[in-house]
Amino acid sequence: MRAKYTLVTILVLLLTTTMAHAQTEMADAMRSNGKIYVVVAVLATIFAGIFAYLIYLDRKITKAEKS
Amino acid sequence: MRSWWWKILGGLLVGYTVVGGLLMPVPRLDILNETIRNLYFHVPMWFTMIVLFAGAFFYSIKYLSSGNLKDDIFAVQLTNTGIFFSILGMLTGMEWAQYTWGEAWSNDPKQLGTALCMLIYFAYAILRNGIKDDEKKAKISAVYNIFAFAMMMPLIFILPRMVDSLHPGNGGNPAFKQYDLDKNMRMVFYPAVIGWILLGCWIASLKTRIGLIKYNKEEKALQSDFEK
Repeated sequence: MRAKYTLVTILVLLLTTTMAHAQTEMADAMRSNGKIYVVVAVLATIFAGIFAYLIYLDRKITKAEKS
Repeated sequence: MRSWWWKILGGLLVGYTVVGGLLMPVPRLDILNETIRNLYFHVPMWFTMIVLFAGAFFYSIKYLSSGNLKDDIFAVQLTNTGIFFSILGMLTGMEWAQYTWGEAWSNDPKQLGTALCMLIYFAYAILRNGIKDDEKKAKISAVYNIFAFAMMMPLIFILPRMVDSLHPGNGGNPAFKQYDLDKNMRMVFYPAVIGWILLGCWIASLKTRIGLIKYNKEEKALQSDFEK
Protein backbone atom coordinates (compact mmCIF):
# COMPACT_ATOMS: atom_id res chain seq x y z
CA MET A 1 0.00 0.00 0.00
CA ARG A 2 2.73 2.39 1.02
CA ALA A 3 4.68 1.59 -2.14
CA LYS A 4 1.58 2.51 -4.16
CA TYR A 5 1.31 5.89 -2.43
CA THR A 6 4.94 6.72 -3.03
CA LEU A 7 4.56 5.76 -6.67
CA VAL A 8 1.53 8.05 -7.03
CA THR A 9 3.33 10.90 -5.25
CA ILE A 10 6.34 10.55 -7.50
CA LEU A 11 4.10 10.52 -10.56
CA VAL A 12 2.22 13.62 -9.39
CA LEU A 13 5.50 15.39 -8.67
CA LEU A 14 6.86 14.48 -12.08
CA LEU A 15 3.70 15.73 -13.77
CA THR A 16 3.71 19.06 -11.94
CA THR A 17 7.35 19.70 -12.76
CA THR A 18 6.77 19.03 -16.44
CA MET A 19 3.72 21.29 -16.31
CA ALA A 20 5.69 24.04 -14.63
CA HIS A 21 8.12 23.84 -17.49
CA ALA A 22 5.29 24.27 -19.95
CA GLN A 23 3.76 27.15 -18.03
CA THR A 24 4.15 29.74 -20.79
CA GLU A 25 1.05 29.30 -22.83
CA MET A 26 1.78 27.95 -26.29
CA ALA A 27 -0.33 26.24 -28.93
CA ASP A 28 0.64 22.82 -27.63
CA ALA A 29 -2.84 21.38 -28.08
CA MET A 30 -2.85 22.37 -31.72
CA ARG A 31 0.44 20.59 -32.19
CA SER A 32 -0.51 17.44 -30.31
CA ASN A 33 -3.76 16.91 -32.22
CA GLY A 34 -2.12 17.74 -35.53
CA LYS A 35 -4.40 20.67 -36.43
CA ILE A 36 -1.32 22.81 -36.96
CA TYR A 37 -0.72 20.88 -40.18
CA VAL A 38 -4.03 22.19 -41.50
CA VAL A 39 -2.78 25.74 -41.03
CA VAL A 40 0.56 24.87 -42.62
CA ALA A 41 -1.22 23.28 -45.58
CA VAL A 42 -3.42 26.34 -46.15
CA LEU A 43 -0.51 28.80 -45.95
CA ALA A 44 1.69 26.60 -48.14
CA THR A 45 -1.09 26.40 -50.75
CA ILE A 46 -1.52 30.16 -50.84
CA PHE A 47 2.19 30.73 -51.15
CA ALA A 48 2.55 28.05 -53.84
CA GLY A 49 -0.22 29.82 -55.77
CA ILE A 50 1.50 33.20 -55.51
CA PHE A 51 4.82 31.64 -56.52
CA ALA A 52 3.26 29.94 -59.56
CA TYR A 53 1.60 33.23 -60.52
CA LEU A 54 4.95 35.04 -60.36
CA ILE A 55 6.50 32.41 -62.65
CA TYR A 56 3.55 32.81 -65.05
CA LEU A 57 4.00 36.60 -65.10
CA ASP A 58 7.73 36.26 -65.66
CA ARG A 59 7.23 34.02 -68.70
CA LYS A 60 4.56 36.30 -70.10
CA ILE A 61 6.85 39.30 -69.79
CA THR A 62 9.67 37.36 -71.46
CA LYS A 63 7.34 36.70 -74.38
CA ALA A 64 6.37 40.36 -74.58
CA GLU A 65 10.05 41.33 -74.61
CA LYS A 66 10.72 39.08 -77.58
CA SER A 67 7.82 40.28 -79.72
CA MET B 1 18.18 39.37 -64.28
CA ARG B 2 16.60 36.75 -66.48
CA SER B 3 18.22 33.65 -65.03
CA TRP B 4 15.85 31.46 -63.05
CA TRP B 5 17.88 29.90 -60.27
CA TRP B 6 17.66 32.78 -57.80
CA LYS B 7 13.91 33.15 -58.28
CA ILE B 8 13.33 29.47 -57.60
CA LEU B 9 15.74 29.66 -54.65
CA GLY B 10 13.78 32.60 -53.20
CA GLY B 11 10.50 30.70 -53.61
CA LEU B 12 11.90 27.56 -52.01
CA LEU B 13 13.36 29.50 -49.08
CA VAL B 14 10.10 31.33 -48.36
CA GLY B 15 8.16 28.08 -48.83
CA TYR B 16 10.46 26.46 -46.28
CA THR B 17 9.85 29.38 -43.92
CA VAL B 18 6.09 28.97 -44.12
CA VAL B 19 6.38 25.30 -43.09
CA GLY B 20 9.40 25.53 -40.77
CA GLY B 21 8.26 28.81 -39.26
CA LEU B 22 5.13 27.18 -37.94
CA LEU B 23 6.47 23.75 -37.06
CA MET B 24 9.99 24.29 -35.71
CA PRO B 25 10.33 24.71 -31.96
CA VAL B 26 10.64 28.26 -30.56
CA PRO B 27 11.58 29.51 -27.09
CA ARG B 28 8.72 29.71 -24.62
CA LEU B 29 8.50 33.39 -23.67
CA ASP B 30 5.75 35.16 -21.76
CA ILE B 31 3.64 37.79 -23.56
CA LEU B 32 5.13 36.80 -26.91
CA ASN B 33 4.02 33.14 -26.72
CA GLU B 34 3.51 31.75 -30.22
CA THR B 35 3.58 35.23 -31.78
CA ILE B 36 7.37 35.03 -31.64
CA ARG B 37 6.98 33.26 -34.98
CA ASN B 38 5.96 36.59 -36.50
CA LEU B 39 9.67 37.38 -36.45
CA TYR B 40 10.04 35.11 -39.50
CA PHE B 41 7.50 37.10 -41.48
CA HIS B 42 7.37 40.66 -40.16
CA VAL B 43 11.11 41.42 -39.98
CA PRO B 44 12.01 40.14 -43.50
CA MET B 45 9.55 42.72 -44.91
CA TRP B 46 11.78 45.51 -43.58
CA PHE B 47 14.99 43.85 -44.72
CA THR B 48 13.51 43.52 -48.19
CA MET B 49 12.38 47.14 -48.17
CA ILE B 50 15.85 48.33 -47.18
CA VAL B 51 17.51 46.28 -49.93
CA LEU B 52 15.05 47.55 -52.55
CA PHE B 53 15.48 51.18 -51.45
CA ALA B 54 19.25 50.70 -51.51
CA GLY B 55 18.92 49.42 -55.10
CA ALA B 56 16.80 52.46 -55.98
CA PHE B 57 19.44 54.70 -54.39
CA PHE B 58 22.14 53.06 -56.52
CA TYR B 59 20.16 53.46 -59.74
CA SER B 60 19.27 57.08 -58.90
CA ILE B 61 22.97 57.92 -58.65
CA LYS B 62 23.59 55.93 -61.82
CA TYR B 63 20.88 57.89 -63.62
CA LEU B 64 22.34 61.21 -62.57
CA SER B 65 25.73 60.22 -63.93
CA SER B 66 24.52 58.50 -67.11
CA GLY B 67 21.33 60.42 -67.98
CA ASN B 68 19.93 57.14 -69.32
CA LEU B 69 16.15 56.98 -68.76
CA LYS B 70 16.38 53.21 -68.37
CA ASP B 71 18.22 53.69 -65.08
CA ASP B 72 15.35 55.90 -63.99
CA ILE B 73 12.89 53.05 -64.69
CA PHE B 74 14.98 50.75 -62.46
CA ALA B 75 15.01 53.34 -59.66
CA VAL B 76 11.26 53.95 -59.84
CA GLN B 77 10.21 50.32 -59.85
CA LEU B 78 12.62 49.39 -57.06
CA THR B 79 11.18 52.24 -54.99
CA ASN B 80 7.59 51.24 -55.74
CA THR B 81 8.24 47.64 -54.71
CA GLY B 82 10.03 48.90 -51.60
CA ILE B 83 7.00 51.01 -50.68
CA PHE B 84 4.81 47.93 -51.14
CA PHE B 85 6.97 45.93 -48.73
CA SER B 86 7.06 48.81 -46.24
CA ILE B 87 3.24 48.84 -46.18
CA LEU B 88 3.22 45.07 -45.54
CA GLY B 89 5.82 45.52 -42.80
CA MET B 90 3.85 48.31 -41.16
CA LEU B 91 0.56 46.38 -41.23
CA THR B 92 2.08 43.16 -39.89
CA GLY B 93 3.89 45.15 -37.21
CA MET B 94 0.67 46.84 -36.11
CA GLU B 95 -1.17 43.51 -36.00
CA TRP B 96 1.61 42.01 -33.90
CA ALA B 97 1.72 45.08 -31.62
CA GLN B 98 -2.03 44.94 -31.04
CA TYR B 99 -1.69 41.60 -29.27
CA THR B 100 1.69 41.96 -27.56
CA TRP B 101 2.08 45.66 -26.77
CA GLY B 102 -1.65 46.11 -26.23
CA GLU B 103 -2.29 48.62 -28.99
CA ALA B 104 -1.58 48.77 -32.68
CA TRP B 105 -0.05 52.24 -32.50
CA SER B 106 1.85 53.17 -29.36
CA ASN B 107 3.97 56.00 -30.78
CA ASP B 108 6.99 53.76 -30.42
CA PRO B 109 10.09 55.59 -31.74
CA LYS B 110 10.70 52.94 -34.35
CA GLN B 111 7.08 53.06 -35.47
CA LEU B 112 7.29 56.85 -35.78
CA GLY B 113 10.63 56.69 -37.59
CA THR B 114 9.37 54.20 -40.13
CA ALA B 115 6.12 56.10 -40.58
CA LEU B 116 8.13 59.24 -41.40
CA CYS B 117 10.32 57.24 -43.76
CA MET B 118 7.24 55.88 -45.51
CA LEU B 119 5.78 59.39 -45.86
CA ILE B 120 9.02 60.56 -47.46
CA TYR B 121 8.77 57.77 -50.03
CA PHE B 122 5.05 58.38 -50.61
CA ALA B 123 5.99 61.97 -51.40
CA TYR B 124 8.43 60.58 -53.98
CA ALA B 125 5.60 58.82 -55.81
CA ILE B 126 3.45 61.96 -55.70
CA LEU B 127 6.33 64.18 -56.79
CA ARG B 128 6.87 62.03 -59.88
CA ASN B 129 3.23 62.24 -60.86
CA GLY B 130 3.35 66.02 -60.64
CA ILE B 131 6.01 66.53 -63.32
CA LYS B 132 5.14 66.07 -66.98
CA ASP B 133 8.49 66.34 -68.73
CA ASP B 134 10.24 62.93 -68.62
CA GLU B 135 13.80 64.19 -68.29
CA LYS B 136 12.90 66.69 -65.61
CA LYS B 137 10.83 64.10 -63.79
CA ALA B 138 13.69 61.61 -63.80
CA LYS B 139 16.28 64.12 -62.68
CA ILE B 140 14.27 65.67 -59.84
CA SER B 141 13.04 62.32 -58.55
CA ALA B 142 16.58 60.87 -58.66
CA VAL B 143 17.85 63.71 -56.50
CA TYR B 144 14.88 63.31 -54.19
CA ASN B 145 15.43 59.54 -53.96
CA ILE B 146 19.02 60.02 -52.82
CA PHE B 147 17.79 62.42 -50.16
CA ALA B 148 15.06 59.97 -49.11
CA PHE B 149 17.53 57.12 -48.70
CA ALA B 150 19.86 59.33 -46.71
CA MET B 151 16.92 60.25 -44.45
CA MET B 152 15.89 56.62 -44.00
CA MET B 153 19.18 55.64 -42.35
CA PRO B 154 18.88 57.88 -39.27
CA LEU B 155 15.10 57.42 -39.07
CA ILE B 156 15.27 53.64 -38.94
CA PHE B 157 18.71 52.77 -37.64
CA ILE B 158 19.93 55.61 -35.45
CA LEU B 159 17.13 57.64 -33.83
CA PRO B 160 15.10 54.66 -32.52
CA ARG B 161 18.22 53.28 -30.86
CA MET B 162 18.90 56.51 -28.96
CA VAL B 163 15.63 56.49 -27.03
CA ASP B 164 13.59 53.89 -25.20
CA SER B 165 11.58 51.73 -27.52
CA LEU B 166 9.35 48.71 -27.30
CA HIS B 167 11.25 47.12 -30.16
CA PRO B 168 13.90 44.63 -29.12
CA GLY B 169 17.46 45.85 -29.38
CA ASN B 170 16.53 49.47 -28.64
CA GLY B 171 16.82 51.47 -25.45
CA GLY B 172 16.72 49.20 -22.44
CA ASN B 173 15.04 46.30 -24.19
CA PRO B 174 16.70 42.99 -24.88
CA ALA B 175 18.12 42.63 -28.36
CA PHE B 176 17.06 40.17 -30.98
CA LYS B 177 20.30 38.43 -30.15
CA GLN B 178 18.55 36.86 -27.23
CA TYR B 179 16.11 35.05 -29.50
CA ASP B 180 18.51 34.77 -32.38
CA LEU B 181 20.83 32.85 -30.15
CA ASP B 182 18.21 30.16 -30.25
CA LYS B 183 19.61 27.82 -32.89
CA ASN B 184 16.19 26.68 -34.08
CA MET B 185 15.05 30.22 -34.77
CA ARG B 186 18.18 31.10 -36.66
CA MET B 187 17.60 28.17 -38.97
CA VAL B 188 14.31 29.69 -40.09
CA PHE B 189 14.99 33.41 -39.69
CA TYR B 190 18.05 33.69 -41.97
CA PRO B 191 16.52 31.70 -44.84
CA ALA B 192 13.37 33.82 -44.45
CA VAL B 193 15.32 37.06 -44.82
CA ILE B 194 17.25 35.82 -47.87
CA GLY B 195 14.13 34.29 -49.44
CA TRP B 196 12.03 37.43 -49.07
CA ILE B 197 14.84 39.65 -50.38
CA LEU B 198 15.10 37.44 -53.47
CA LEU B 199 11.31 37.48 -53.95
CA GLY B 200 11.23 41.26 -53.55
CA CYS B 201 13.97 41.67 -56.14
CA TRP B 202 12.08 39.33 -58.45
CA ILE B 203 8.86 41.36 -58.19
CA ALA B 204 10.82 44.58 -58.73
CA SER B 205 12.55 43.03 -61.78
CA LEU B 206 9.18 42.08 -63.30
CA LYS B 207 7.89 45.63 -62.86
CA THR B 208 11.10 47.04 -64.27
CA ARG B 209 10.89 44.82 -67.33
CA ILE B 210 7.32 45.97 -68.00
CA GLY B 211 8.55 49.55 -67.68
CA LEU B 212 11.39 48.87 -70.12
CA ILE B 213 9.00 47.28 -72.65
CA LYS B 214 6.81 50.39 -72.48
CA TYR B 215 9.83 52.65 -72.82
CA ASN B 216 11.17 50.78 -75.86
CA LYS B 217 7.76 50.90 -77.49
CA GLU B 218 7.54 54.66 -77.01
CA GLU B 219 11.05 55.11 -78.35
CA LYS B 220 10.16 53.10 -81.44
CA ALA B 221 6.99 55.11 -81.98
CA LEU B 222 8.96 58.34 -81.66
CA GLN B 223 11.58 57.08 -84.10
CA SER B 224 9.00 56.14 -86.72
CA ASP B 225 7.29 59.51 -86.28
CA PHE B 226 10.62 61.19 -86.81
CA GLU B 227 11.35 59.18 -89.95
CA LYS B 228 8.01 60.19 -91.46
